[in-house]
Amino acid sequence: MRTVPVASTVPDELRLAHLRWMILARVIDDRLATLYKQNALAGSAFLGRGQEALSAAGGIYLRPGDIFAPMIRDQAGRLAFGEDPLDVFRTCLGRRTGNTRGRDGNVHRGVHVGDRRQLAFISHLGAMVPATVGALLGKRLKGELRGTDTPVGMVSIGDGGMAAGAAHEGLNAAGIERLPLVVMVANNQLSYSTYNDRSFACRHLVDRAAAYGFTGRTCDGTDADACLATMGLAVAAARRGEGPQMVVAELLRLAGHGEHDDASYVTPELRSRFGDCLPLTERTLKNQGVIDEAGLAKLWDEARQISQRAYEQASSEPEPDPAQEDWCAYSARNLRSGL
Amino acid sequence: MRLQRQEPAERLVKYLEAIRLALGELLEHDPRVFLYGQDIAGTFGGAFKATKGLAERFPTRVLNAPISEDAITGIAIGAAQEGLVPIIEFQFADFASIAFNQLVNHAATMHWRTGQTCPMVARLPVGGTPGGGPFHSQMVEGWLTHHPGLVVVAPSTVADAYFLLKDAATCTDPVVFCEHKYLYYHLAADFDPRRAEHLPMGRAAIRRSGTDCTVVSWSGMVHEALKAAEVLAGEHEIECEVIDLRCLRPLDADTILESVARTGRLVVATESWPFGGVTAEILAVVASEAFQHLDAPPQRLAALDTPIPFHPALFAAHHPDAARIAALVLETVSF
Repeated sequence: MRTVPVASTVPDELRLAHLRWMILARVIDDRLATLYKQNALAGSAFLGRGQEALSAAGGIYLRPGDIFAPMIRDQAGRLAFGEDPLDVFRTCLGRRTGNTRGRDGNVHRGVHVGDRRQLAFISHLGAMVPATVGALLGKRLKGELRGTDTPVGMVSIGDGGMAAGAAHEGLNAAGIERLPLVVMVANNQLSYSTYNDRSFACRHLVDRAAAYGFTGRTCDGTDADACLATMGLAVAAARRGEGPQMVVAELLRLAGHGEHDDASYVTPELRSRFGDCLPLTERTLKNQGVIDEAGLAKLWDEARQISQRAYEQASSEPEPDPAQEDWCAYSARNLRSGL
Repeated sequence: MRLQRQEPAERLVKYLEAIRLALGELLEHDPRVFLYGQDIAGTFGGAFKATKGLAERFPTRVLNAPISEDAITGIAIGAAQEGLVPIIEFQFADFASIAFNQLVNHAATMHWRTGQTCPMVARLPVGGTPGGGPFHSQMVEGWLTHHPGLVVVAPSTVADAYFLLKDAATCTDPVVFCEHKYLYYHLAADFDPRRAEHLPMGRAAIRRSGTDCTVVSWSGMVHEALKAAEVLAGEHEIECEVIDLRCLRPLDADTILESVARTGRLVVATESWPFGGVTAEILAVVASEAFQHLDAPPQRLAALDTPIPFHPALFAAHHPDAARIAALVLETVSF
């Protein structure tokens, strides 16, 4: 296990870009929470509040040609990897223009912006680990993983998902194939309402890294610099061909499982152990002179404008029309008469 | 459509060899294809030897997997998203239950949810053999055909083992390829399967024409249906029309309905369990769409409604055969 020193040498430019994604994700999430209360969403809203520092630190290191399999609290990472906020609102509002066309919603969108591929998440936790491994195996078979600066695949998972059998099988396979997989584990202390002591019995989730043949690292998921430094090392090592990497960040989900959940099971003691990564980051950057009050206000203002524009456009777009659907689950429409 | 045998082969070609032949040609001609499964690589070539010799020819594209049916299937889904055409092998179809989630929730929903295709083939050795017992004998079409988005095929002939596998690998949807373990070594063709007349995937084949009763079956049970038809013709002057479904989902209902319109009678035979499943679907389609043509209640013959027994005597009692098909046809015809 390697714990990266907090005092890192992450460039200020990257720290600011990271902060920008955190703020935009928070603004979008807050808007989704409001829309949920207004009964304006097609389903629930699942927020990444409190997990933005880790998520954005994952997405920010990804580049065209990489694969990202986000989970339900990765708005920040999705944005950092190129997702258009318009797709967020289109999907959450169930609009026909969204990439799932109202057939699936909220966090299940799979967005491909150019060569930036985000896999469409299914709700069965752990299932996206082997899918990401498979995408990387595909890249290897296509000859795209040669050299010491290869594409990587990043899969997001939590303390709950790490208990699922699919996660185990996928991690084991990634270790066997020695693929450039980065597993970003957000230990947000809660598998829905279940605490860590009923989710796993090992001392720390990162202990599993060695068992799967991964390099393991940990960081404080509320410390943006630590997240950036740690995820940066993990992604760089994967690109160099050093095999699969696991980062386990300790943090707390600052929302319910979804907005339908009041999270009343979070004890004051648990709540008191974790801060909110976003104000913590703002304070650090301000204290170090990286940004001032005016700069911060500008970031928030820009984020609100981006979010509002995306919401307004998406909400003006058409909803799916059952009469226009062909209600066929197959792409091979000519199976009845042969291929 | 009645299929004729043609192009005599220099030697008998077994059902298993036809699968291996198709796999080899797919690997040779389509660089997107790779094979992934337990024990399929090296000199071993799989539990039933379907891939024997292929790893030597394509060492980087025939890959052994750990005992991880969920991950094997999830990996195929991810690779398909990258433009590959994965062909995965389960050692026994029974173990595909471990991969149930990836098959029905991930692969099957991909196109409808996201608009992206998920071209992959999952090869499942199905069917009972004496001594196989509860966990090495199952038919899986009952639960896999239930889920929209999966194509489910079950070849019963050597030529179909070859052609349906090649069709499956060019299909843009995920295909579950049910290959019958008993037929692997017990069914051989005296013609070159590569040059046989064949139907495209999605169409049922009429293996024997008849006017008195339609007998629908698939996979290994087709051969029991053909045996029953032979006996009924010889001993009772009853001519059965034997339909081999070949593809269970989508279901070629037209061929069944057209046949029932000619014969007025229907028996569906399977070694699957009776509750729900493909037999129930066929009877529902015929009862609702061909009721006016029926001269007798449509019937089905399935395995007994228990787990599959181990002892050969128990297995024989549990497993439908030609005699029981013939008895049910007689009952239907004399209704």
